[in-house]
Amino acid sequence: MSVAQSAPAAFTGRPGALARLRRLEPASLVWLVALAGLAALVAVPLLRLLVSSFQDTDTGAFTLGNYATAYGHLRDVLALGNSLLYAAEVTLVSVVLAVPIAWGIARTDMPAKGFIRAMILGAFITPPYLGAIGWILLGGPNAGWLNRVWMALTGSGTGFMNVYSFGGLVFVTALYAFPYIFVFTAAALELVSTEMEEAANILGAGGARTVLRITLPLVTPAIIGGAIVVFLDTVALFGTPAIIALPARVRVMTLVLWQFFEFPVRAEAAAAYAVPLVLITLALFWAQRMVLGRRGYVALTGKGGSRRLARLGPWRFLILGYALLVVALAVLLPFAALGQAAFSKAWGQGFSWGNLTLGNFRALLADDNSRQTIAHSFTYSAASATLAVALALIVAYIVSRRLVRGGAVLSLLCMAPLVIPGIVLAIAFYATYAPPPIALYGTASILVLGFATRFLPIAYVNCMAALRSLNPEMEEAVRILGGGRLRALARVVVPLLKKNLVGCWLLVFIPATRELSTAIFLVGARTRVISVMMLDLSENGSFETLAALGFFLLGVTILIVALGYRLLGRDFMLRRS
Amino acid sequence: MSEAARPRLSLQQISCAFGATTAVDRLDLDIAPGEFVSLLGPSGCGKTTTLRMVAGFVRPTGGSISMDGEVISSPAASLPPERRRMSMIFQSYAIWPNMTVAENVAFGLKLRRMDRGTVRRKVTEMLQTVRLGGLAERYPAELSGGQQQRVALARAMVIQPRVLLLDEPLSNLDANLREEMRFEIRRLHDEFHFTTVYVTHDQGEAMVTSDRIAVMNHGRIEQIDAPYLLYTRPRTRFVAGFIGRTNLLAGACAGEAIAFDRFAIPRAAFAGGETLSGEVLFSVRPQSIGLHRAPPAAGDGVALVEGRLLQRTYLGESWDYVVAPLDSGLRLKVAALPAEVFEVGETVWLRFDPRQMAPIAG
Repeated sequence: MSVAQSAPAAFTGRPGALARLRRLEPASLVWLVALAGLAALVAVPLLRLLVSSFQDTDTGAFTLGNYATAYGHLRDVLALGNSLLYAAEVTLVSVVLAVPIAWGIARTDMPAKGFIRAMILGAFITPPYLGAIGWILLGGPNAGWLNRVWMALTGSGTGFMNVYSFGGLVFVTALYAFPYIFVFTAAALELVSTEMEEAANILGAGGARTVLRITLPLVTPAIIGGAIVVFLDTVALFGTPAIIALPARVRVMTLVLWQFFEFPVRAEAAAAYAVPLVLITLALFWAQRMVLGRRGYVALTGKGGSRRLARLGPWRFLILGYALLVVALAVLLPFAALGQAAFSKAWGQGFSWGNLTLGNFRALLADDNSRQTIAHSFTYSAASATLAVALALIVAYIVSRRLVRGGAVLSLLCMAPLVIPGIVLAIAFYATYAPPPIALYGTASILVLGFATRFLPIAYVNCMAALRSLNPEMEEAVRILGGGRLRALARVVVPLLKKNLVGCWLLVFIPATRELSTAIFLVGARTRVISVMMLDLSENGSFETLAALGFFLLGVTILIVALGYRLLGRDFMLRRS
Repeated sequence: MSEAARPRLSLQQISCAFGATTAVDRLDLDIAPGEFVSLLGPSGCGKTTTLRMVAGFVRPTGGSISMDGEVISSPAASLPPERRRMSMIFQSYAIWPNMTVAENVAFGLKLRRMDRGTVRRKVTEMLQTVRLGGLAERYPAELSGGQQQRVALARAMVIQPRVLLLDEPLSNLDANLREEMRFEIRRLHDEFHFTTVYVTHDQGEAMVTSDRIAVMNHGRIEQIDAPYLLYTRPRTRFVAGFIGRTNLLAGACAGEAIAFDRFAIPRAAFAGGETLSGEVLFSVRPQSIGLHRAPPAAGDGVALVEGRLLQRTYLGESWDYVVAPLDSGLRLKVAALPAEVFEVGETVWLRFDPRQMAPIAG
């Protein structure tokens, strides 16, 4: 029986009958399922986190004791200060690393731009903890390659740097955080009209003064926007501190949270400790919205005006040199060290034919455990990317087409994981889904759900942008011809947005393959993923296997990114959204 | 009520408010089966909102819409668009770029579970009708704007809609094509006689296509009439000004005559003049005022007024003059044929014909 034919018979003009018909629409069921999914993934765990921070571990009664436990020790309070200092320094260093290169690439005739861009993309897709391992091989006291070269050259008995220090932690973190600021700043610089600069020139300002007084101030909002992202990311960072700060005896918040989860597990205290972390990120996120919400000064220039690249003459090699130095520190040197380790029997024995081996890769692929771990990472990531994109698409559709009231609340829920550090999200998931009767702890489901939630904001932002680019009349045409909303989605919206959705899927899949902070509390004995395995390997000092695994992961990532380039165009990952 | 007299569409006291702004304000409109009605008005007058309420995309906040006597929209409930068996042509055409021309046109037929052979036959016939016979397998991106427009028409008409809705369908076409498509739309209506609601802000389009035009302003219908009547007998100041250009003359009823600034015309000369009272405003089209060097023969209540020619503009197809009656603050627009040349500063005689003067309410 077709819908179109049944309509007049069922439809007698009574509002009551009408309302019932509406409720029976199959589309409504899909909306309900999606909204329930959103609640289960975001709203429930966050509420559970807040509630359990006020609950007694044994009785469940209301208590402030968890906060006393969490903040009762001075060293745990100091860890909070350390985290903020750490994030502030990383942000500062990142700005220094990123802004000159962004200017060089966006506004000058610096040579080798393609190479530098590719290397920055390389730093972008390198998991920070993998880079940190690379830097242990380079800058470890005495044994690190750079220290060994130093000692050989100067005859000194000790190395010149120690990566296991607060400074080392800041430096290594910044090397993999600066691409965010680069992306924001370069995008803004590309919008600044040359006429702005020429207006300063004609009034008598020289090149350098113009850059400092006109160009950079114009993109300050973008720099601040990127800086806040870096700050937020660093406060929430777990991998690099676990690898470097722990041996250096530097305590930061994420490590304290980790310790609450060591035996005996004090999940309620962890929840209590995490709540201020959420508040801090929330405040910063709000600050970022305020800064970016003023639309940057760049937007005021409108569209007109072309961009001519500044001719730097011989100076262009200076800026190139700086860019090369940065990418060498972030990508070339650490990967050289990782490469050496990956193909060595023992990395410390240096470069020699006798030390060369493919054994590390062979061991990885021969070992059932590690093969499974690799398979887990990719299947879980694929599942969570699919889940996140599907959920984000449906919710974005509901919100953008105003199908329910309170769309703003749905948007907020989808974006909320952005301000929740991964490790806190994991605690919230643990508190919600680990206890019986749900008892998902240690299953693949809890990891897939966790990853999907963590990266839901990425999927949501992209789906929203894609839907906004689609004229609603495309769907209205389906409906007026007799197709329901679901048919409009399946026959028109999804086919038309196919490319956007694939891109969106990749943007979730790639970070999910390396996600550590969410995984660390949610993995079980039989659901290990690559990131957790790498952390274990680094604790054991098995850097050769670790490097081989890292190369494998990176190789697969590069293949996927290349595929994305082919399908979606060159800019799909470094686009600012 | 007999079947023939029952309107296909009936909008009763329909309102739609978005927050504090009222887009459509207690509007009444009946459309007979097979009738072509245009909603004409400036942007923001509520015409598109009205159309979208008819289509079911917007739910009214007051009143009701019924089709063939059944309520399909009310504030309590609104039949979703997919159940209304209407079709619509959108401003952007909304041709699905992921489907060929034939797939686009076949879409609605397939939803109606027609067998493959019937679908193919109907699609082919319809594409012939809109003169796209050879383009069935093309993708929309390979078509010109006018061809895309024809695909939209074919897709909407092939399902034999109960009501065909068009939302400014020609606004994205260039001027020549727009001219051509107006006549095409009217031709297709004469062929199929679908009940049609056409939204536009272009009076030319509305005039060419419509059986009746509803002129809308501030969410209400100011006047609904056949194009000819709308032009010659505007009933409100807004309609007189919106449809073509006009002169507004204030008259006062005095005994058996209506007195204007410099002249008077007997009441009896106006159609329905005996019902007028008090102050009355009259609309006089520029081409309805005669322009003469010497006073022409009077008669039949025709009034003659002496004036001075203040301005002239040559438009190719006509002259536009501005004339001020002597000792009067009035400035009258007068249109004349290209051969009727007058000089600025000349003294001229204006000839007012009461049969071409429309009294306006308010």
